[in-house]
Amino acid sequence: MPGVHRISLEVNGVAHELQVGSTETLAELLRQRLSLTGTKIGCDGGTCGACAVLVDGVLRNSCLTLAALVDGAKITTIEGLADGEKLHPLQQSFVENGAIQCGFCTPGMVLSAVALLAESPAASESEIREAISGNICRCTGYVKIIKAIKQVAQAQEKP
Amino acid sequence: MSDFGVVGKSIPQLGSLEKVTGKALYTDDLPFENLHYALILRSPQAHARIVSIDCARAVALPGVTAVITGADYQTTFGVLPISYDETALAVDRVRHVGEGVAAVAAETLDIARQALDLIDVVYEQLPEHFDPEAGKSRVACQIHAHSKDGSNIHKEVNLCFGDMESAQQATVYEAGGEFEFPAVTHGFLEPHSTVAQWSQAGDELTVWSATQVPFYLRRQLARIFEMEQEKVRVIKPYVGGGFGGKSDPFPHEVVVAALSRKSGKPVKITFTREEVFISHHARHPSVIKMRLGADKEGKFTFLDLDATINGGAFGSFGVVTTYYNGVLTQGPYRIDNFRYRGQRIYTNFPPSGAMRGHGAVNTRFVKECLIDEIAEKMGIDPCDFRLQNLLSENTLTATQFRITSNGMKEAIERVRKASGWDQRIGRLPAGHGLGVACSFFISGSALTINRDDPQSIVRTVKEEDGCFTVYSGASDIGQGSDTVLAQVTAEVLGVPLEKVRIISADTGRCPIDIGSYSSRVTFMAGEAARLAAVNLKESLSRGDGNVGVGEYISPKLGGTYKGAGAGLSPSYSFGASVVEVKVDQETGFIKIVKIWLAHDCGKALNPQAVEGQLEGSVHMGLGQFISEALHFQGGTIANANFLDYKMVLSTDVPEIEAIIVESNDPEGPFGAKECGEGALHPVIPAAANAVYNAVGVRLRKLPAAPDFVLSELKRVKRS
Repeated sequence: MPGVHRISLEVNGVAHELQVGSTETLAELLRQRLSLTGTKIGCDGGTCGACAVLVDGVLRNSCLTLAALVDGAKITTIEGLADGEKLHPLQQSFVENGAIQCGFCTPGMVLSAVALLAESPAASESEIREAISGNICRCTGYVKIIKAIKQVAQAQEKP
Repeated sequence: MSDFGVVGKSIPQLGSLEKVTGKALYTDDLPFENLHYALILRSPQAHARIVSIDCARAVALPGVTAVITGADYQTTFGVLPISYDETALAVDRVRHVGEGVAAVAAETLDIARQALDLIDVVYEQLPEHFDPEAGKSRVACQIHAHSKDGSNIHKEVNLCFGDMESAQQATVYEAGGEFEFPAVTHGFLEPHSTVAQWSQAGDELTVWSATQVPFYLRRQLARIFEMEQEKVRVIKPYVGGGFGGKSDPFPHEVVVAALSRKSGKPVKITFTREEVFISHHARHPSVIKMRLGADKEGKFTFLDLDATINGGAFGSFGVVTTYYNGVLTQGPYRIDNFRYRGQRIYTNFPPSGAMRGHGAVNTRFVKECLIDEIAEKMGIDPCDFRLQNLLSENTLTATQFRITSNGMKEAIERVRKASGWDQRIGRLPAGHGLGVACSFFISGSALTINRDDPQSIVRTVKEEDGCFTVYSGASDIGQGSDTVLAQVTAEVLGVPLEKVRIISADTGRCPIDIGSYSSRVTFMAGEAARLAAVNLKESLSRGDGNVGVGEYISPKLGGTYKGAGAGLSPSYSFGASVVEVKVDQETGFIKIVKIWLAHDCGKALNPQAVEGQLEGSVHMGLGQFISEALHFQGGTIANANFLDYKMVLSTDVPEIEAIIVESNDPEGPFGAKECGEGALHPVIPAAANAVYNAVGVRLRKLPAAPDFVLSELKRVKRS
C-alpha cells in the first residue's frame, strides 16, 4: 500500500498542512483537496501544459509533480494571480486581445507567460513562442496569445 | 454599414474573465456531494465475440456501487436516426479496440481501477477488417449485419448531374489522380467528461456533459431509459473545445447515467487522453479519386469523383459525411457536369465522425490541387483561373444549392494582393513557393437531423431590474456563441452589452437549439436571437408583455433527387488562402513562411472573434497538412497522446494574416454567416500547391512529413 506523507505548503498565500499519498500528484491535490479547479488536466502526462503552476516561482506541470515532493513550497495557481478584483497584466492582456476561446489552456498558458516575464521581462517574440511551446492550444492558432504576451513584454520594455 | 452600436465591434468573449481567473467550471470541475467515479473496461480486441463477462469479483469489492455490461442497456443509438448502431457498452461483440465492455462506479477512482482489474472477459477473435477496399465486397463475418450483400459498406451515394459524356468531349485540359488521407483527430484540450444524477424518486435524470449537442443527448438518453424527454435535463457547463468531437451522443454519457441509476449516486466519468483518442469520431481517413476537366477557354467542363471513406466501427455522422465528400466539392466554382460516387465502409477502427470542415476537407484538397495542375497545363495564373470559374451571387449550383451572398471573388483578390502574389509568383528563390486555394462551406444544414426538431428558438425576457435575459439552447464550446447572442440582442434592443445575460445550453431552462455543429449557430441561433429581440421590442412598445420569442426556420430549398437535402444550407461561406513555403531539398522539411486567409463571413459580428476562428482554422488545417496522422498497429492507435500525435505548436505556427470579407448575407443576423469551419479548407491545398511551386512535387498523400516529401523529391528527380 502506498505510504502517507505529511506536508506543509503555501498555495496562493494560504498555508496548508496536509496528508498526501505517495502517488498523489500536485494537480490532484490542488483540484480535489483544495478545490482549485482552475488548474486543468488535459493529458495527465506532461504533454499539454494545461496543469502548469508555479512552484517557488518555477513553472511545473502539476500532473507530473508528486504532492509529497512539494513539502515547504510556495505554489501559485491561476486563482492566485489577480490582486483581488484587479487582474494581473497578463490576464488583462489575454482578455483584451481575444487570446481566450475555450479557455481550457488559458490557466497554464498564462502561468507560462508569468514565469517567462519574471525571468525575462521584455521577452522577444521567439522567447515567447519558446516559453509557451509546452502549452497546447487547439483554438487560437496561438496568434492572439503571442500578441497578448508580447504587449505586456513591450510595456515592460518602455520605462 | 457602420451604424451599429454593438454588432461589428471587437469585444472579449463572454466568460473570458471567468476563464482567465480559473473560476470557469468545466464538467470535471463541478462540485458534487458524495460523487462516485466511473471507469470503463475497454476491449483489447479489434473484432471479437464476447464469450463471457464475469463481474462477480468486481461487484464484491468494497466501495464498488454499480457494475454494468452491454447486456444491461441494449438500445442502439447515434446522432443520425438512420444509423443508430452504437450501444452504451458492447453487446455480445466488440468492433474496435477500446470499445467499452463493462463499467463500474465506485466511491473512489482507485477502487474503480481495482474493480476493472477484477472483471474477467473471455473473447473469441473474429476476422478483423482494416482495409476499406476489401470491405466493398462480401467479407467473412461482417462488422454490422445491415451492410448490403454481405459487405462492410455502411453507405453508398451515387449522384450524377448534367451530361458527363458531352462534357468530356468538350474537354481540352484534364487533371486527375488518386489521393490518400490518414485519420486526423480534433485534439480539443478538455477530455470528455460527464456527470449523471437521478432524482430520489428515480424518475428524473440530470446530466452535465462536455457536449456540443445537449438536445441530441437528451433525446437519446430519453430513448434509452424510456422516459419523456422533459424528464431528462442536460446541462452543458463550460466546454474546452469540441471541433466536432463532442457532437455525437456518446456511449460514456449513457454509461454514467446507467451507473448512477444503479448506484443511486451522482456518478462522473472523465476520460484519460488515451480514451479521448480512442473515442475518436473524427475525420474519416479516405482515398479519393478525381478527374477534373476544362474546355479550351478554361471553363470547367466536368468533375468526376470517387470517395472511399473509412468509417471505423460505427455510423456516427457518416451518412452525412458520405454526401458531403461529394456535394460540397463542387463550389465555389460553376461546374454543371458532376458525377459522384461515395462509399463509407465499416472497419474495425474506432469510429470516424465529424470534424471541423466536416466531410469536405479531403475532397477539397484534391480538387484544389487538380485545379492548380490544369492552370499549369493551360499556362494561366491559378488565381485568374479560379476567378474565371466562380459561381456568381444568387444562383443555383448543379446540385440545386441556392447561393445567395458570395464574397469569393473578393477573397481571392484580397489574399492575392496581401501576399504580393502578382509581383512574387515565379520570381521566388529556389526552394520557395506560393500556392493558392479556395473554400466553400455550409452555414448550417437547412434540414434538421430529427424532422420534428425546430432548428433554433430563443426566448428573451425583460427582467424587473432592467436587464434582459436570453434563453437559448445554443452551445458555447469556446467559439463564442453566447457572445454572438448577447451582441445581437443588445444591438436590436439598443442597450449596452452589460444589460444582457445569457442562459444557454440547459435543456431544462432553454428552448431548443439543435447544437454546435455544421457551422450553424451564428446563422441560426443568432437569427433566432435577433427575432426574439425584435419581438420583445415590439411587445414592450405595445406594453403587452415582457417576453419575446424568435424561431429560426430554414426556407424550403433544394432539388427532388435522392439525397437532395445533404449539403443544403440557407447560406454558404467562401474563402481563399495563399500559403508561402520554403522546402529544404536535403531534408524534405517544409517551413511554412506565412499564411494569408481571406474568409467571407457575411458580416463580422465580432471581428476579433472571427479572426480567432480564422487563425484557429489555419492552425488546424496546417496540422493536417504537415504533421497530424493517427498511426495504427492492427486496430490499436499507436500514437494516442499529444507527444506522438503531432499538432502544430507555438514555435512552429507561422505568421497568419486573417482577412475578413463581408458579403452581408440577406438572411443571416445582420448579414452574418459561418466562419469556423470553411476557413480550414483552403489552407491545406494552398500549402500543397506552394510545395509544387517551390520544388515541383505534387503531393498525393498527407501529411507532408519530411520523410515523405524527401522520397517524393527523389522520385521527381529520377523521372
